[in-house]
Amino acid sequence: MKDNVVLTMRGICMTFPGVKALQDVDLTLYKGEIHALMGENGAGKSTLIKCLTGINNFEAGEIRLDGIDGPIRNHSTLDAQKKGISTVYQEVNLCPNLSVAENLYIGREPLTKFHTIDRKAMVEGAKRIMADLDFDIDVTQNLENYSLALQQMIAIARAVDMDCKVLILDEPTSSLDDNEVEKLFGLMRRLRDEGVSIVFVTHFLEQVYAVCDRITVLRNGQLVGEYPIAELPRVKLVAAMMGKDFDDLADIKPEGGADLSNAEMMIDAKGLSHKGTIKPFDLEIRKGEVVGLTGLLGSGRSELARAIYGADKAQTGTLKVKGQEVKINAPIDAMNLGMGLLPDDRKAEGIIADLSVRENIILALQAKRGMGHLLSRAEQEKLADEYIETLQIKTASKETLIKQLSGGNQQKVILARWLATDPDFLILDEPTRGIDVGTKTEIQKLVIQLAQEGKSIMFISSEIEEMLRTCNRLAVLRDGAKIGELDGELTQEQVMAAIAGGGDSE
Amino acid sequence: MKKPENAVKERRQINGNTLLLLITIGLFIVMYAVGCVIYAGKGFTHLQNFLNILITNAGLLCVACGMTCVMLTGGIDISVGALIAMDCMLLAVGMSEWGMNPILLCILVLVIGVVFGMFQGFCVGYLEIQPFIVSMAGMFFCRGMTAVISTDQVSVPSDSLFYTWANAKITIPFGGYYNKKGILQVPYIRVGVVIALAVLVIIFLVLRYTKFGRSLYAVGGSEQSAAMMGLDVKKTKMEAYVLSSFLCSIGGICYCLNTMAGSVSQATGLEMDAIASSVIGGTLLTGGVGNVIGSFFGVLINGTISSLVKTNGKLLSSWANIATAALLCFFIVLQSVFALLKDRKK
Amino acid sequence: MSRIRKITQMKLFLPVFCMILVMLINVIADVAMGKVPWSFFTISIKNGLLYGRIIDVLNRGSEVAILAIGMTLVVSASAGTDISVGSVMSLCACFCCMLLAGYGVSSTTSFAMPLIVGVLGCLLMGVLCGAFNGTLVAYLNVQPMVATLILYSAARAIGLLFCNNLIVYIRVPTSGLSIGYDIFGGYIGPIPTPIIIAAVCVAVMTIVLKKTAFGLSVQSVGINRKASRIAGLNSQRLILLCYIICGLCAGIAGLVASSRITSADANNIGLNYEMDAILAVALGGNSLGGGKFNLAGSIIGAYTIQAITTTMYNMGVSSAQAPVFKGIIVIIIVVIQAPPFKEFLAKQRAKRQQASGKEAASV
Repeated sequence: MKDNVVLTMRGICMTFPGVKALQDVDLTLYKGEIHALMGENGAGKSTLIKCLTGINNFEAGEIRLDGIDGPIRNHSTLDAQKKGISTVYQEVNLCPNLSVAENLYIGREPLTKFHTIDRKAMVEGAKRIMADLDFDIDVTQNLENYSLALQQMIAIARAVDMDCKVLILDEPTSSLDDNEVEKLFGLMRRLRDEGVSIVFVTHFLEQVYAVCDRITVLRNGQLVGEYPIAELPRVKLVAAMMGKDFDDLADIKPEGGADLSNAEMMIDAKGLSHKGTIKPFDLEIRKGEVVGLTGLLGSGRSELARAIYGADKAQTGTLKVKGQEVKINAPIDAMNLGMGLLPDDRKAEGIIADLSVRENIILALQAKRGMGHLLSRAEQEKLADEYIETLQIKTASKETLIKQLSGGNQQKVILARWLATDPDFLILDEPTRGIDVGTKTEIQKLVIQLAQEGKSIMFISSEIEEMLRTCNRLAVLRDGAKIGELDGELTQEQVMAAIAGGGDSE
Repeated sequence: MKKPENAVKERRQINGNTLLLLITIGLFIVMYAVGCVIYAGKGFTHLQNFLNILITNAGLLCVACGMTCVMLTGGIDISVGALIAMDCMLLAVGMSEWGMNPILLCILVLVIGVVFGMFQGFCVGYLEIQPFIVSMAGMFFCRGMTAVISTDQVSVPSDSLFYTWANAKITIPFGGYYNKKGILQVPYIRVGVVIALAVLVIIFLVLRYTKFGRSLYAVGGSEQSAAMMGLDVKKTKMEAYVLSSFLCSIGGICYCLNTMAGSVSQATGLEMDAIASSVIGGTLLTGGVGNVIGSFFGVLINGTISSLVKTNGKLLSSWANIATAALLCFFIVLQSVFALLKDRKK
Repeated sequence: MSRIRKITQMKLFLPVFCMILVMLINVIADVAMGKVPWSFFTISIKNGLLYGRIIDVLNRGSEVAILAIGMTLVVSASAGTDISVGSVMSLCACFCCMLLAGYGVSSTTSFAMPLIVGVLGCLLMGVLCGAFNGTLVAYLNVQPMVATLILYSAARAIGLLFCNNLIVYIRVPTSGLSIGYDIFGGYIGPIPTPIIIAAVCVAVMTIVLKKTAFGLSVQSVGINRKASRIAGLNSQRLILLCYIICGLCAGIAGLVASSRITSADANNIGLNYEMDAILAVALGGNSLGGGKFNLAGSIIGAYTIQAITTTMYNMGVSSAQAPVFKGIIVIIIVVIQAPPFKEFLAKQRAKRQQASGKEAASV
């Protein structure tokens, strides 16, 4: 078996400013295998892939590729492609406005003797490539006329036709339906049998067990381990990904929380859904309750929250807030009902990078008050000072631009933005991601304190420990649907089993 | 798991872009047919009327071809009108005052076009400055340089070789008619039309059959993907601007063959006519979609509108502008509706 | 060294620097031409009216300054430019003159309607044009430049229709208390009215920015549209509003420009003003990519452009040739601001430092 090694990565280290993205990570790939690369968000999967394909410049470690003497280092994706390492991403990296044949051949078109493109040869070649993979499609049609699944197959076909030894599939299935996934798997198995080594990055557990031979698990930029598929049942995989012994902070949850079953109903959602992201779900949240949404990344946990808040307008179902049926068309409607949403993608949807800390804090309150009712400068400064003080935001001054703050402090500013609006119902989507342990505890304490003040909180996190510490109740999601709720005294194992689903919880 | 609504469509279908092109061609035919019916008595039905549209718009056609190439990459070039004015002025002054050889002058004009295009292309491609701003500066520069060369209205001298070119009639052996005096009017075109049509055919072939042509589409379709697939995006962009300015210089020569004069205010707003022609012809301003055949019909529609207004004789000439703008608005809204529908499907 | 860097990084550095440069050139040119060095700045009163080159700059620059207000907002909110303002100026002026003179009349010595109706009509027309542009940009997601291209080519033509293809003259002079059409482009007391109008516009906008959350909202939408939506801002409506304000500014500028010549010359009013307005925004140190804006910078930028033009006339450059310099200035400004160029400079600096470091080490 050792002779069959195609690719080895050893001791890869990589730091981004302030973050150790990869620490001493190994990856071994054998000829003709499908190898799953697993880990939660921020575990370092994509960073590792980018080190391999030359987008990231790693600091230490070496990569060896079968057939090439000595360590290699790619400087661009093109460089990697020339060595036989091709990548197919979730967003297909082809040109939608060109035909299938052109996409297969761009950059290496067959030429006639006049140095023009030999379209006939190109179409013939494309037909042959697609026929080889058992696809009977019209290659002269534009790529955009085909489904995403087929586009992905075409991207794979291009990679395979360029003599790739290592094919990296980076979350290729997140936008495919079951049939399409099956087709893709058929193709993957075929390629494996032909001797191509495939690295499969995904967060769907079912799929890993359906096609993969071995699994490498990463967590927080570190290698957890490499396992043959048979030796790692689902629950253990989830445990490996999430980390059991994550941190040993004191239990901050007050003993024997109050019985909230008779408290006033805050949110009562029935059959809400958003096409393509979250299937219809029911959810009730009472006053003073902290409800956690748990599930793997992509399971629909953020999407559920967004459907309630109106960030993605719900297309079906009804929503009652404090017993009143309401219609939410845009976030401002939700805000006027006393809601707030701290989005998970801080950079894209949270911070207004070029504005100051003060302006970022007052933004939501200002929007709620309306444009004509400007908060006076004194009020703004008072609010800013107050929250910088209570949340201990580390900033040079309240006029510092938010983009100059560290991630954790940016997060606190966004949190302050919502606290300033004095919401009754606050949705926190991954509030503790990418911030240090101390700040994490502070935020968790704050959540519990807010609940005691009578606010309802929806808490979304990838870390089960954290959820167990803060939440009264957990809603479990898998593959874009809410599949159940858990409450009472819970253990991590129970939650993981629920997340993993399937039969083999041992 | 996300389920896209349109599962797998694997059959031949007319997509939105082809539809847009068909609408354009259909519109042109309808418009011309209506003209023929209404103004049959004013010579609208004669072949010569159609050829006149070509003769007047030969320069615009060249410019529109170049503009289409730039727009395919997702850019824009608003310097073309000013560049044409500069070319015409250079030709006119060069022949009348400096007494230069017209062939040499034409070569000079083309070289200036290429150099100018290289500068603009470098700014857009390599320095990543917004195309609109770069070409706006280019427009200022050219318009000003026109005035620096001369602020007068300068005519091409009638004894020059250029004059002979301009007056050469290339007759067409069919489609003639007898006028009221019973003399056979043989339809003809001018040299400019031949040049413009040659440009059209060449650019059509370049866009379809060369690596460069396909790169333009790829860059416009998705810059990131194009780079991933190994294309030199920066260079392709720069080449697009060089091509645009070069074609614009050819267009300048055609334009001068038609007007035989140079003046500072010549060809003002021509850039917008060229953009409008391309957009009406189905080129998307976001890049990646369109071809010169569409732009050709865009130019024809533009020309037909002014021809209709002119033939009417009573309508104010501004109606032509308004009609073009209304059409432009129609096509922009149509494009954006198509785009919204496409988004919704996904 | 660090002090120099601090100054160059100040918000208003670019516009103020350009302004000072232009003034310096004036002083030098004056000295070279044998005039007193400060002749650019001298203000005198002739026939009871203010007179002087600096007054001329302020007066002639009014239209661009007014346009720059609207353009700044549009650029900030939608990361695009409104290229229709020049044409809209012309349309508004024509509409106003048509109302005041009556349709088809080419010259009049008495108003067909009260002056105020004409003025309101003019402004309303500007608002309508702005709303048209804004709807396309905000609700149909059309690129700003393309959306405004429609009115760029149509507005002037529609103006010609209003005027029946004529240049409509309104020869109603101001005398005593009866206000004539020339008031907006003429003088109130010794001061040129355009200066007053521009000052009022700037003052109103400043008050709006100071007293409401409009500025914060616009910048927020311009910087991060998604995050602004989550935080409860209605980005579409805000963008529409910016275009409407821009249209209104074009209406006001059109009125001033038309009043200056007491006529509606559809073909020439506002010609190329859109370019000047965009240039003013860029000169003011605002990024054309949207986001944060600085109104004061744009206004200074507008007057700087006028100062350049006036200076060039003073130095004997014709108005037709002046664009050469304008073009060169634009290119220099944008190249300096271009990220690849900055990176290139930073690399060069690093190399030099490395080299000097090595030298130091070898010594």
